[in-house]
Amino acid sequence: MVKINGAKQDADGCTVAKWLAEAGYDSRAVAVEYNDVILPKEDYGSTVLRNGDVVEIVCFMGGGCGCRKDG
Amino acid sequence: MAMNEEDTWSLGGHRFHSRFILGSGKYSLQLIEAAVKDAGAEIVTLAVRRANTKKKENILDYIPSGTTLLPNTSGARSAEEAVRIARLARELGCGDFIKIEIMRDSKYLLPDNQETIRATEQLAKEGFVVLPYMYPDLNVARDLVQAGAAAVMPLAAPIGSNKGLATKEFIQILIDEIDLPIIVDAGIGKPSEACAAMEMGAAAIMANTALATAGNLPMMAAAFRDAIRAGRNAYLAGLGRVLTRGASASDPLTGFLRD
Repeated sequence: MVKINGAKQDADGCTVAKWLAEAGYDSRAVAVEYNDVILPKEDYGSTVLRNGDVVEIVCFMGGGCGCRKDG
Repeated sequence: MAMNEEDTWSLGGHRFHSRFILGSGKYSLQLIEAAVKDAGAEIVTLAVRRANTKKKENILDYIPSGTTLLPNTSGARSAEEAVRIARLARELGCGDFIKIEIMRDSKYLLPDNQETIRATEQLAKEGFVVLPYMYPDLNVARDLVQAGAAAVMPLAAPIGSNKGLATKEFIQILIDEIDLPIIVDAGIGKPSEACAAMEMGAAAIMANTALATAGNLPMMAAAFRDAIRAGRNAYLAGLGRVLTRGASASDPLTGFLRD
């Protein structure tokens, strides 16, 4: 299992590019952190997810100041 | 407004005419374009969050092109977390600007000045244009200058409180002593307060909640725009003196219709 944005996902063996596409993300609008390191976009297609990997997928949202960690 | 056209300021080599930095939180994406336009804003702040495939809209599609994006590190509780968020923001491909926000206190949302200095130092080394949000303290502001900040962003009052210039005296000290733009951030609730901060010599004002909680957001954006311009012009003009006591006539003291 791969932990993606805090949730366990059955993504073992899948590339980051494929997983993003199948999950419905626009890869141009997100940044990906793969096991604590930012993954360059050109590596999405060659990076294969494995059991125990931790992935964060982030994007911009409206914000001014002081959004809480849990908010 | 010829004077205003020549009156520019800069951050990290970028020149700006507008002195109103607009937050994009707590209101609908559909209102952003009108808010930016009516505010006359050239810089808009954004947050970085986990992406959600259920929300298909991309906020960048709603921000007018040519606007400088200023991502913040909200959610960070330490310098390390702020650095991580800043790097992700840069990876999102909208430039090198970063507003550092580090808060350990979730009740008052006060910035952690010490962690903010550490994060500023690291991110400036990595080539970011660093704008640290801070509690107005002259010693900390001097440390931020040393750490490579591009500006200093002291809070006027607790975030989102709309309580105005609660820290006025201390912001004035920063304006007088720090040789970087002082951008008054957080707590400004009314155009008159933004105007007052600009009269004091602030370089710019950042506001979000004051607009997001107003009855008519674009109209309030325009009101802030005008107030910030008025305050800036008053600062440039040089305020008239205040008498410590008594009065001073502004009418002629001769030619009275008496005797």
